[in-house]
Amino acid sequence: MSFLNFFMRNRSAPVARERLQVLLAHERALSGRQDLAAVLQQEILAVIARHIAIDRDKVVVKLDRGEQVSTLEIDIEMPEQALARD
Amino acid sequence: MSKVMVVTSGKGGVGKTTSSASLGAALAQAGQTVVVVDFDVGLRNLDLVMGAERRVVFDLVNVVQGDAKLPQALIRDKRIETLSLLPASQTRDKDALTEEGVGRVIDELREKFDWIICDSPAGIEKGATLAMRFADLAVVVANPEVSSVRDSDRIIGMLDSKTRRAELGEKLEKHLLLTRYDPARAARGEMMKVEDVLEILAIPLLGIVVESPDVLTASNLGCPIPLQNPGSAPARAYAEAARRLMGETIAVTTPAERRGFISRLFGRKAAVA
Repeated sequence: MSFLNFFMRNRSAPVARERLQVLLAHERALSGRQDLAAVLQQEILAVIARHIAIDRDKVVVKLDRGEQVSTLEIDIEMPEQALARD
Repeated sequence: MSKVMVVTSGKGGVGKTTSSASLGAALAQAGQTVVVVDFDVGLRNLDLVMGAERRVVFDLVNVVQGDAKLPQALIRDKRIETLSLLPASQTRDKDALTEEGVGRVIDELREKFDWIICDSPAGIEKGATLAMRFADLAVVVANPEVSSVRDSDRIIGMLDSKTRRAELGEKLEKHLLLTRYDPARAARGEMMKVEDVLEILAIPLLGIVVESPDVLTASNLGCPIPLQNPGSAPARAYAEAARRLMGETIAVTTPAERRGFISRLFGRKAAVA
């Protein structure tokens, strides 16, 4: 561990620089558009709720911002009857 | 029985966020379930220090205002699963928080975690007063430097008057965490010694974190130092502080001056402050 740290010590600055560049690129793009992910989630849920009764507790939202690609993952557990034919 | 602990200082830049993340990680390593809550609405940084900046979807303001459920806003640490983060909002300001809303979120967190660490913003305005409002105990972070000690004294006064516990006449434990301490400079009389700061502030000492390049490295990498470099002096200081918070009695030793490579080669004794 300390052997690894010996090398890491000199290399952590580029990691910091890269992390900040990715983060700030997103934050600058989003300024003015408040909480885009939250807005998307709200509207997607509203559309689904129009057709199916969904439990807000069964909704899992995950975000991963990457340099090239970001993913917004919305995982909704459907009630059993939701897709059953009438 | 869960505990709500505010990490505060008054002055900015003394190490509140670093200490919040590090104490959280150290408590989690000791087997406790921990959530660290960022109260610095508008200037969040705890997510960055904990390496979760790419994963923030919802935040404290969303939960307080009812736009998201608490579990949707909690981010579980990828390295240690007993550690979670509740980020602050970056696009709002501190007025978006209400005392009633924060109280509700804290009550909900109490059901899930052993420790709720509230990372306070600098200053004495709404964000800072809300961060300390529901605390059972406080960690006052100070540097051995005049303005930091003065501001700490001010914050101690606020802890004794503005918290709910203080208003109810209940006891609120306060602990001093001295950070960026340089034993060599203290020994040369260039920096206030631990005893000087303790005498002025008159609250019990939780730990001494020495000035160390390892702290910046951990922050650069977005990994709290107890996880990133457990053998380092700051990580050991945070681990001991965590054990003291859990009720263990461990004497606080004043760190010795760092021994350089040459002095180690020749086996010279390092100066002890």
